[in-house]
Parts: sequence; structure tokens; C-alpha cells
Amino acid sequence: MPAPSAPIAPRALILRAPGTNCDHETAHAFEAAGAIAERVHINRLIENPALAARYQILCFPGGFSYGDDIAAGKILANRLQHHLADLVQEFALGGRDSLVLGICNGMQVMMRLGILTRGVTADGDETVDDSGPMGDDPHVPATLTWNQHGRYEARWVHLAVDPRTPCVFLKGIRRMYLPIAHAEGNFVAASADMLDTLAARGRLAVRYCGEDDSEPLISEEPLEFPLNPNGAMANVAGVCDPSGRVFGMMPHPERFIDPTQHPFWTRMEQPADEGEGMAIFRNAVGYFA
Amino acid sequence: MPLWQIDIYPADGFIDREGQRVAEQIRELGLGDEIEVDFSRGFLVEGDLQTAAVERMAESLLSDRVTERVVVAMTGDESLAEPPGDNPTLVHVLPKPGVMDPVAQSAEAAARDAGWPVAAIRTLRKYWLPELSEDRLAAICRRALSNDSVEQVVVGPLELTQLRFDGRYEFSLVVVPIRELDDEGLARLSKEGQLYLTLVEMQTIRDHFRSLDRDPTDIELETIAQTWSEHCSHKTLAGRIHYRGPSPDGRPGGDERRYANMLKETIFAATQHLRASAGEDDRCVSVFKDNAGVVRFDDAYHVCFKVETHNHPSALEPYGGANTGLGGVIRDPMGTGLGAKPVCNTDVFCFAPPDTPVDSLPPGVLHPRRVINGVVAGVRDYGNRMGIPTVNGAIYFDPRYLGNPLVYCGNVAMLPVGMEDKQVEEGDLIVALGGRTGRDGIHGATFSSAELTSESESLSGGAVQIGNAITEKMVLDVLLQARDRKLYNAVTDCGAGGFSSAVGEMGEELGAEVWLEKCPLKYEGLSYTEIWISEAQERMVLAVPPEKWQSLRELCESEGVEAAAIGRFVGTGNLTLTYHGHHVGELAMSYLHDGRPPVVRDAVYEPPEFVPLDPPKLELESANQILADILGSLNVASKHWVIRQYDHEVQGGSVVKPLVGPRCDGPGDAAVVRPLLDSRRGLVISCGMNPHFGDFDTYHMAASAIDEAVRNAVAVGADPATIAILDNFCWGYTDRPETLGSLVRAAIACQDVAIGLGTPFISGKDSLNNEFSYLDESGTKRSISIPPSLLISAIGQMDDIGTAVTMDLKSAGNAIYLVGDTHEELGGSHYSLVTDQPGGQVPRVNISLARCTFTAMHQTIQRRLVRSVHDLSEGGLAAAAAEMAMAGRLGISLDVSELDAAGDPLSDAAKLFAESNSRFLVEVAPDRQAEFVETLHQANVPVRAIGQVDSSDRVRISIADKQFIDQEIETLLRRWKNPLNW
Repeated sequence: MPAPSAPIAPRALILRAPGTNCDHETAHAFEAAGAIAERVHINRLIENPALAARYQILCFPGGFSYGDDIAAGKILANRLQHHLADLVQEFALGGRDSLVLGICNGMQVMMRLGILTRGVTADGDETVDDSGPMGDDPHVPATLTWNQHGRYEARWVHLAVDPRTPCVFLKGIRRMYLPIAHAEGNFVAASADMLDTLAARGRLAVRYCGEDDSEPLISEEPLEFPLNPNGAMANVAGVCDPSGRVFGMMPHPERFIDPTQHPFWTRMEQPADEGEGMAIFRNAVGYFA
Repeated sequence: MPLWQIDIYPADGFIDREGQRVAEQIRELGLGDEIEVDFSRGFLVEGDLQTAAVERMAESLLSDRVTERVVVAMTGDESLAEPPGDNPTLVHVLPKPGVMDPVAQSAEAAARDAGWPVAAIRTLRKYWLPELSEDRLAAICRRALSNDSVEQVVVGPLELTQLRFDGRYEFSLVVVPIRELDDEGLARLSKEGQLYLTLVEMQTIRDHFRSLDRDPTDIELETIAQTWSEHCSHKTLAGRIHYRGPSPDGRPGGDERRYANMLKETIFAATQHLRASAGEDDRCVSVFKDNAGVVRFDDAYHVCFKVETHNHPSALEPYGGANTGLGGVIRDPMGTGLGAKPVCNTDVFCFAPPDTPVDSLPPGVLHPRRVINGVVAGVRDYGNRMGIPTVNGAIYFDPRYLGNPLVYCGNVAMLPVGMEDKQVEEGDLIVALGGRTGRDGIHGATFSSAELTSESESLSGGAVQIGNAITEKMVLDVLLQARDRKLYNAVTDCGAGGFSSAVGEMGEELGAEVWLEKCPLKYEGLSYTEIWISEAQERMVLAVPPEKWQSLRELCESEGVEAAAIGRFVGTGNLTLTYHGHHVGELAMSYLHDGRPPVVRDAVYEPPEFVPLDPPKLELESANQILADILGSLNVASKHWVIRQYDHEVQGGSVVKPLVGPRCDGPGDAAVVRPLLDSRRGLVISCGMNPHFGDFDTYHMAASAIDEAVRNAVAVGADPATIAILDNFCWGYTDRPETLGSLVRAAIACQDVAIGLGTPFISGKDSLNNEFSYLDESGTKRSISIPPSLLISAIGQMDDIGTAVTMDLKSAGNAIYLVGDTHEELGGSHYSLVTDQPGGQVPRVNISLARCTFTAMHQTIQRRLVRSVHDLSEGGLAAAAAEMAMAGRLGISLDVSELDAAGDPLSDAAKLFAESNSRFLVEVAPDRQAEFVETLHQANVPVRAIGQVDSSDRVRISIADKQFIDQEIETLLRRWKNPLNW
């Protein structure tokens, strides 16, 4: 029997900027899932935006881009807006069949750009106007602000995927256990109506949840710390655009690729074959199969 | 040019976190219980901008529209002085001109990026307070709102009209007429010039210039002072010392030793001995010569490790001191060999207790709570931003750290095999890479070698700095690319002494000429000498072949990193300094490095007289209480509040985290890190320290610290044969023979134990004169010396991270074994601390038994015979058992009656709480018990079955039929977690 021809591996652009610091392990995770991952400095793209044409996946990795000075992710978003708006537009707004993933600082950047919350107004109305998010002066109707307790926090959290979500990255995943490490991860929407609209469309794609199934996995009421580690409205840990191809999350899936990254793997008689974060990268690669 | 102010307040309905935090701090510092504070952060923006543009900048760039609101006006406008609430008193806090303000720098760049023509931006903070008396307001400003070593306070409206200051510098060569000075004049010059050199050294310099028939320039004198400083040359410990101490059998003065170079003949000698006897198996690559110690890891990589202290700066400005302390030690491995890639950090702090009464603080001392908050935040912000996980650490408390907190920062990094050596070539350009040079950090090296006084803040404020981690991250990113493209021949970090030390060291063999006007400056106005000795952060110095310079410059430009050729290595043997063509300094390298007169010191050690400790009879109630008190004591209490502020998983290599167990809250013994994501080979990082033992005998303190560091590493799975260690001595005023004596005695212990365990020292650092002196109310001079504080940091390796174990109990029904012998050693223990009993025998190390124990324990771990392992340290067996139960949320029940088989009968207190070294508690599943016991028996290592894990919610320990400990795990957890749950 002839061997099935291997699907062509998608190429992932891991965007690097001053202060990015999760680019290596994120590239490693994409490669473990079968993608070809390349770490590219933002200055290379500004010099030559056409470089991006060879990639199917755009990834904003974690870190402290530009020190998170002013606000987390703000300056990188500002730079993208003023120098690479077309490029982001093309990946994010369906110029072609592509995926965008932001992790932690990457999600913060995407929130500041408005590409995660696009299509919904501050009042919760849905719009089809796609020019807004990457405009010169985006009025982003939601934000990631300081953690409720006012500190940077590193800890593992339980996550549930909203079954309604169109998110490509979360296909087939029900729940996950992953680490967070951030100071500004507290999701705040401008209004309850806006939150409702996003929720109804499954765009509040991944939520902090309880450690077992005794409570509903998806809860609009904020859970207590530390289950909800930052006080996010509706326990939001990740948000996607209407298409589900553009997704940002605060937890770090690239930090749970190997079973020994689990915080108490030494208790397990038989640790899993791979970490729970792998599924997200496999979904990304699988999308292009 | 217009100067705008943008105030940013929380929007309606959002919490004012900074206001609440400051109010809380004011309350904690005893400055007022009911003071509410309103806060705004803000920016001063100078530029030809219209109102609309500034408003847009405020709304779209500088603030968050969902959670914040802005007030925009020209400075001085009434709208800016309008209170947001009921509080009428307005206090502004701004960084002093010249102090690093990364947010302002970034905001400036971002505003220009967006097309706004800003000339300058500065940040500011505004606090609105109730009406207060002048004294109270001043105290709040000084103690809670600002730090006057780096910040300025303006009460009331801000009357600032411009941000940029034109500080032109007019060149004029300064010559110091040293040839004519007598001893008094020399002493005055040393002190007033902040040279901090001894009289003998000053005389040597004077005589040197007399022989040259000229006077030195200021820059020459400064260069000598930097190079000869304690900080840079370690002249005391590497100097001549005549030591007299007790003989092994305790006879006073029975041990007399004369050292020509104390460190070399003790600690370094031990390493040489071990390397020679290891032959082919020698794992050391580069020891005690480069910026970090280097050992073999695998075929492709070596691993580097360095720990530094940053004590003096942290005492004055805890945030900046700790921030730049970590930033500085990260540059050490970056400057080791041809440059290593950092993979994890360690941090150990020593503080005075946070409940120190405010009114008991000597003048010039910051409250410990503020020091703790600042130090933790400083380390957090640098490590997290650099993307280097902070995986291991410890915190010790003692009132004697009040004026001199200790901040030890360490970094581990990977260096490709073949890149361990560097060689400067004649003709190489001297290239400064990274941050610009400013007036910050002037005299840091000489200042850190001096004693702190209540005047230190005003005297040496310039030595205090704030770091910019992103600049260093950018430097790291290009450095590793340049290294792999072989664009330079040598690299070193710019640390204490600035260019003076870095260039002086790199050019020691050849000679160097430096064109000082070529150094990129943060602002105008620096003199040629300030440029030369500034310790501005985030700089590296490279030796670049001229033909590679263009490529290097392009690489740096491509990532926005500044690089400048500031001189050339030349074969003159001289250090030649020029400024715009003026010849400002000429020193022979040989004089600089070998001209210092040897320091000759006497050292005497006499252990304090032995005071017996007869523990009172224990009962269930008292033993329960003692255990709870130990778990709730500051040294033992959970450090989760600190640990969770550090990213310990970035880079993806985390295997055993600082907090372990099913609830992620057990105190792990050591960290395990997988530095290469495609390999199963692991690094183990641990530490050992116990300042309390030093009050009894610094020999046993040092031995115990090494034992603790090694047993912590072994407990998680490190192969003891791979372990290498670092020493960091922080001591008091070593000009006193008895203080130096206590240090030499510790160094002798280091030598003995390192050889005995086969564990080489690979690097080290000392920080001396950690004393704080002040005048008390009656005008009498008082000083507080820190206790002898030796930190031992260990780095071990494991072939397969899959064999790592943790200390949390795993399952009911497993047996608990005690490995190692227990002695009547309660001296310096936490038992004696919480029961306030002086005296007792301080724990000693049986070196040969320790070595057998570590080897055998490792065998049992490698053969997967154990389910959990925990080392016994503060609080002894009872505390270790409680910690294992708390971490695993499983009950434990022990009978420790058979512990005294080692010889003398033990008191009940010793059985429960003695801190004898080289011991482990081990959990073993039923089907592995026979093999486990057999393995230890074969190695002649004492092992005793003392109980089992159960499914109860209690910790129970009995001696024969009598119950001594019986407590709920949850109760103990609360005691353990509460003290530092801030």
C-alpha cells in the first residue's frame, strides 16, 4: 500500500519584539505539532512586510513587549498599528485562509489592537464594519486590566472551553489545566450587553473554571480567587473573533507540552504522553491538513 | 516649548489600587490608620502639540478607555489641582532628573512612532491626601510615597516649565596634587573623593606619582580606586592573613595558619585538589577566573553559575538595588566565555523582621516591610521581563539585617562547548554594547566596599540605580547572534567600576586606548571621568576585530541596540585615556593590576563558650505548640507570596517547581530545570544557609550550609557526583581580627567539606563591611553588624528528569523512613529560637557519612525506590514530617523512639526538633521497602523505619506510647501560610 502523502506543514511566524520572551518555547510547541515555526523580529517585517506572505499562522508570543511600559502590550500594538496594519489586517480579517494566535502578552497586544473583540460595539450591538479595529484610533470596547489583587501572579488554573465557540484552536477540547503568569489579565468589557453578545457567539471561548465537574464549567459569575486568578468578567481567559480563526488567551499552552511540566507530575503513576497545551498547537496545524 | 500634563485616574466604578496600597502602607508603617489616598499616574509631555493632539495621545496611547479617565492640561493649569475626591492635599512624586525612567523612554518612542512630535516625556505620580500636619505629611512623603535617593517630591501645584535641562560640560583637565599631601591630606582625599582607599594604599599611590615626577589626573586616581576597591579586587580575602583559631579538639589558638592569599589557599585549593584527583572525570571547565563558574553539562553545552550580592544599594533603594542586582548577575554569564544564555535565576534575601516597630528604626534606615516589598518587586520586574524563570530561593530573618539587608541574586546559563575561552587580540576595537552611559551609579564599586552610615543616602545617592530589563533583553538577543556569527573575540560585562573595570580587565595583558567622547551618553554634561566610572546598567564590552565591526554594527541596528566603538586594544601595556584628543590619563596596566600594596590582616577566632541546653520536659500540648510556632516562624513560613510573583516557568524548562504537591503549595527542596527542550537531561538548583549557626561556630555553620545545599539537590534527584557549589560570604567589618577570624574559619570549613564530599567550588563572591553605624539619641556611635552570612548555592545535574522526586506525601499505606543519624544538636535550631533557649550544641557534619548518604540516597532515587523525599533542616524531623503531610494533603503517623541508636541517648526535644545534618525523610511504597533498606545498609547509611502515610487529616508523632504531636494538617497549614501571606 502506498504511504499516504504527508500534508504540507503550515508555516508559523512567531513575532519577536524587544521584550518578547516566550518565542523559543512557542516555536518549539508549534514544531512539536508539525508546523514549521520561525521567529521573526518586528523590524524585519517593517522593512519588508512581504516576508509575511510565506506564513499561514501569525503568532504573538508571551513576554513583556517593550517592557509593558504604559500598559501591557500597548506599545507593540501601537507599532503594529502604525507600521504593519495591512499585514495584521490580512492575517486577522480573512484576507486569506490564515490563523492568528496570541498568548499572554500576545493576547494583550491583540486586545489593544481590537482584533479579538471586533464586530461588537461597546453597547453590545453587532456590526459588520471591519475597518474599525485596525484604524488609526481604535475604540476598543474591552480591555485586559490589572489583576484584581494588584500583583503579578504565576499559578496553574483550570480552564473550560465554551461549547458554543467557533474557535479553531479549541476544537475537541473540553477542559485544560495550564499556567498563567501575568499582571494584567483581568478581562473587562465596556458593558454587560457587550459581554452577553460575545458570550452568545461563543467568543468568550475559554474560561477559568472549578477543578472538577461539580459546578457548571461555564459560569458568567466571576469565581473566587484563585480559581479565577485575576477577577476577569465572566471568568474569561481567552477570546476569539467571529470566525474562530483569530484567538488570544492569557494562559500559556506552550508551557505544558511535556508531561514533566505539570506541577505535580511526580504524583502520577503513569504521566500522560504529552501536555494538555499540545492540543491547541495540533488544532492549529490540523486546520491546514 | 509647551509642557503638558496628563493625569490618569481610575474611571468611575474601578478600584484605585495604588491609592489603596499606599493607604495600607501608611497604616503598616504606623503613620496613620485612617488615611485615605487618591492616586493618579501621569505623564509630563514636552512638545509643540495642540490640545487635541495631547488629548488623543492621552486617550489612545497612554491610558485605557475602559478602566481609566484622563485630565489633560498645560502644567500649572487649575484643572490639574482639582481634587478627585475629598482629599485636598496634593503630593507629586517624580523621578529625579537623570534617574532611569523606562516608562518615560518607551512612551517617548511610542509617541514619536505614532507621529506626535514630542521632545521629552517624564512620568509622575500624584497622591491626594487628607489635611495633615506638616510633620506627618513629611513623614508620609518620605517613608511611604517616595524614596529621596531617586525621587523628588513636590507638595502642592507643580511649577515646572520644561523637562530638558541643558547641562553643558566644558572640558578642563583636573589634576590632583597628591605628591604634596601628608597622611592627613591623603586620608581626607580618600574619603571626600569617595575613593575609600586605605592610608597605605594612598601612600603607595602618592609615592608612585612622585616617582613619575608628576601628579595624577582625577581620572587616573579614580581608575586606581575602582580597580583596587574591595568590590573589584577582593583584596581582604585574597590578601595576606595570619589566622589563629581553635584546634580540632577545641584548644584556643591551637590552629595557626599564614596565608599569602586566603581564598586561593582554602576554597580554590579544594577545587584544584578535586580536579586533580578526578582526572578524566573532572567536570570543571572554568573556575574562579571568568565572570561565572563553568562546568560540563553534555556534549554540546557547558553550564555557568554565578551568584552576586547587591546589599548596599538595596538598603538605600530596595527596588532599584534588587532590580540592578539581578540585572547585574545576569550579565555575568552573558560575559562568561564568549557569552552564555541564561536559563534560570535564584534569589536569597536576608531581612529584619517585618514587624520591627517603626519608632525603633535608627536614622536613615528604611522599614523592613518597605525593604521586603521593594526587593521582591525589583527582582520580580527584572527577572520576569528578561524572560528568565526564578526557580529557587530562600528568605532569612534576623534583627541584625535592619540596616544591611542582604540581596543575593544568581543566574544559571548555558554555554556552547568550545566557547569557554576568549582572547583579546591586538588591534581589536573596544565596543560598548547596550545602554547609554549616564551619571547613574557613580562610585558604586568604592561605595559598596565601605560601611553604611545614616548619612549614606545623601553621600552616595548616585550609587543607586534603576534598571531597564528590556534593554538588557535586547542586548542578550543580539549578543547571542553575534556570538554564533563569531563577530567578536572577547566579551565581559560592565558592572561595578563601569568601563574602568571592564576595559581595565580585558586590556590587562595588552593595553588599551579609550576615546571617551565616543561613549554614547544619556544626556549632556558628563565629565570625562564620569563617563569612565559610571556604572550605568545594561552595558557589555566586546573586543571586536576591525573587519567584523561593520557586521556587528548592522546586527545591532537591526534590533535597535546601540553599539559604539570607544577605543582599541593596543600592545603598549598601558591604559591610555583621551577625550576629544586631550590626553587625560595614562597608567601602566601592570601598576593598575599589581601595584596595590598587599593587605595584611590578623584574624582570630575563638568560639563562644559552650552553654548547655537542657530542654524542659515536653508534653503533647507544649510539643504541639512548638511545632506550630516553628512552622509559623518567619524563616520556615511559606514564601508563596513571593514565589507567585516570579515567573518560574518561562522558557518551558520547568520540571520541579518551587511549590509542589497536589495543591501546588508544598515547599520543594530544590528546583529541577530542563535547559534544552529537546533533551531529558536536567539541572538541579538549590541553596543552603543558616546564619543562626554562625553565632555558635562559623565552621559548623559553613559545613551545615554546604550539607544543606547538597542534600536539597540530592533530595529531588541530582547526582551528587555532578554537584558544584558557589560561596557568597556576607560579613561584618573585617578589619576587626575577630570578625575576619570567623570568616577564615568558615573558609577552612568550606575547604574541608568540599574535599570530603567531592563537591568543588566553582565561583564565589564576598561582600564585607556589612555594618550600619549611626548616632543614637544620646549622640553615641552605635553600629549593627550582620551575623556571618554564608550562602552556599548548588548546581547539580540528573541524566533523566523523569527520575525527579518531590517532597509531598504520595499515598496512604507507604512507609516513612528516616535516613541519617540524629544527635543532641539543638544549638541555633528553630526549636531553641521559638522557645527562646540559648546554648546547645550546634549541628555538625560527619563528612564521610554525609558523602555515603548522598550517594546511596541518589541510588535509591535513580532506581525509583522512593515516592517522596524531604531534607531535614529548620525545625528538624517534626517540621519536615509536617511539611510533607501539608504538601501531600495526607496524614502521617510516626514513632521516633528508636532514634538514639547513634550513641548518647537523645532528649525528646532532639528527637523531634534537632537539626542534625545529612538527614532525609523518605516515603517508600510497600513493594520497594526491602530493596530500599538493603541499598542503604550496603552503603552503611543509617536508616530507620519510623511510621507510615495514612489517609487521616493529621500529623501524629509519638515516642514509644506517648503522643507528642497530634494536629490537624489544616491547622498547621494556616500557621505556616499566614505570616507572609501579604
